[in-house]
Amino acid sequence: MVRPSRSYRVFQGVNAVVLTLVVIVTLYPFVNIIARSFSGERHIRAGEVTLWPKGFDLTTYDIVFHDAMFWRNYGNTVYYTVVSTAIAMVLTTCYAYVLSKKRLKGRGLLVGIAVFTMFFTGGLIPNYVLITSLGLKNTVWALALPNAISVFNLLVMKAFFENLPSELEEAAQIDGLSTYGILARIVLPLSKAVVATMVLFYSVSFWNSWFGAFLYLDRTELMPVTVYLRNLIAGATGGGNAGAGTEQLSQVAANIQAVTIVLTSLPILCVYPFVQRYFVSGVMLGAVKG
Amino acid sequence: MTNRTVVTRRTWRQALRRDWQLYSLAVLPLLFFLVFRYLPMIGNVIAFRRFEPGGSLFGEEWVGLRYVEMFLSDPTFWQVFRNTLWIGALTLVFCFPIPIVLALLLNEVRTRALKRFVQSVSYLPHFLSVVIVAGITLQMLSTDGPVNHVLTRLGHEPVRFIQEPEWFRAIYVGSEVWQTAGWGTILYLAALTTIDDDLYEAARIDGANRWRQIWHVTLPGIRPTMITLLILNTGTFLAVGFEKILLLYNPLTYPTADVISTYLYRTGVESNSFSYAAAIGLFEAVIGLVLITTANQLSRRTVGTSLW
Repeated sequence: MVRPSRSYRVFQGVNAVVLTLVVIVTLYPFVNIIARSFSGERHIRAGEVTLWPKGFDLTTYDIVFHDAMFWRNYGNTVYYTVVSTAIAMVLTTCYAYVLSKKRLKGRGLLVGIAVFTMFFTGGLIPNYVLITSLGLKNTVWALALPNAISVFNLLVMKAFFENLPSELEEAAQIDGLSTYGILARIVLPLSKAVVATMVLFYSVSFWNSWFGAFLYLDRTELMPVTVYLRNLIAGATGGGNAGAGTEQLSQVAANIQAVTIVLTSLPILCVYPFVQRYFVSGVMLGAVKG
Repeated sequence: MTNRTVVTRRTWRQALRRDWQLYSLAVLPLLFFLVFRYLPMIGNVIAFRRFEPGGSLFGEEWVGLRYVEMFLSDPTFWQVFRNTLWIGALTLVFCFPIPIVLALLLNEVRTRALKRFVQSVSYLPHFLSVVIVAGITLQMLSTDGPVNHVLTRLGHEPVRFIQEPEWFRAIYVGSEVWQTAGWGTILYLAALTTIDDDLYEAARIDGANRWRQIWHVTLPGIRPTMITLLILNTGTFLAVGFEKILLLYNPLTYPTADVISTYLYRTGVESNSFSYAAAIGLFEAVIGLVLITTANQLSRRTVGTSLW
């Protein structure tokens, strides 16, 4: 091994500084929001909160904790995520399994039907008209059904199934298992890794989504927590009707916003360190095979 | 070739009899694609038909190009079209190269733990809801936020970033970079691991220093990934971050923030002009399709990499 040259060591130093800056720029907004959520409203308004809470104050947490609508919407998010993910997993697994059978007649067509939708979609208005005409408004189905298969996830799963040893399935077939039996008792138990990854992918995307709920749900008690947060934001920024009164109001709202942002991102922040590597390997698999 | 007579292609009847259980598993997914993906595509005909809320999914009667002419002569449409081009171009200029640079820098880190840490931190914003990202952005830039805190320390007047149209593009692109740059490195880092170490060895023997190695080995090694992502980015050029803009903008910033998709959302869903909005949406989708096909063709001819 050649000893690193002087200029390379200088580069390494500069690189370390640049990457440290990247880390700071990425993390600082989180730190600041958390500090704000614990700070006294007066100190926030004075613009004094930077890294650490000023005038430690839990009043806003108390307000949000006692807001029945917040918890209702939080519960809705959990419910919508579970139902949507369950439906998405069943449909995606079935189709991915079918597509992974290379001997199947018409397989190319079945793949094409899915892949084409990655490049051309119906657009907002026809989708809106469709959901409305199907009478899905104000139901969980308006959120779950239109997103039941993500083609990217489908391709990742298909690639995984294709790599399973076919001998096992052939042996099971000879032993008299039907296709359903093979899928349920041989293939799925061998696919725990990819199934877990897909559950993660889907549940995070359903947990984070807001626009579908915003479009198709009319009543506040049906909203997920993301829409609760978006309504806070819209209330604080909406329109140009500035005035002393609204200014004051928006300051209080800013405090509540900070608390809501912290509480809404908390589940993701808690599971993130544990699930991150699954996401990474899942995306890699999709990138290499897709 | 010799097996040809043995493995004759099965007819559909034989295939169905043999694999009907497999086909039955595809029924529900196919129904999904048909209803929720292909039906809306056909539903675009309401761009050429008069649609009435509560009426048929495909409109009531043919009106030809009336709605297309309507938006082409609509001054607001041209304003939002310009805004879309601006925001799309700025996003492409910043969000495409930054992950490449970041991936190259990360690749030079020799301390594994440090590399892991930087990666984990930079991926994080990708996992948050766009609502949270918008909320954080607005809080950072509010009159009492950290940015204005620094400005007042430096003796500036606080800036009302959220209400000034001239700031919107910078805010949007900035938050987009913050959210996507780290995650964008992931595919490049994957591509970097596939580069053969012998190539570096050979380059060193030929007397290439670190920079030359990056230029002649690393960059060519990730070129297919770069091109693929560039084609994909070009294809979604007009479909700029609709949800984020909807969350970040307000009537005061419409002059620079209103894009095709937000405009069609307001005219379609809020003002119930479904046919008119569908015409705009179809226009946007067709341009997107043309862009991605053109980019694909161009790259196939010039560098030999293409999506299909």
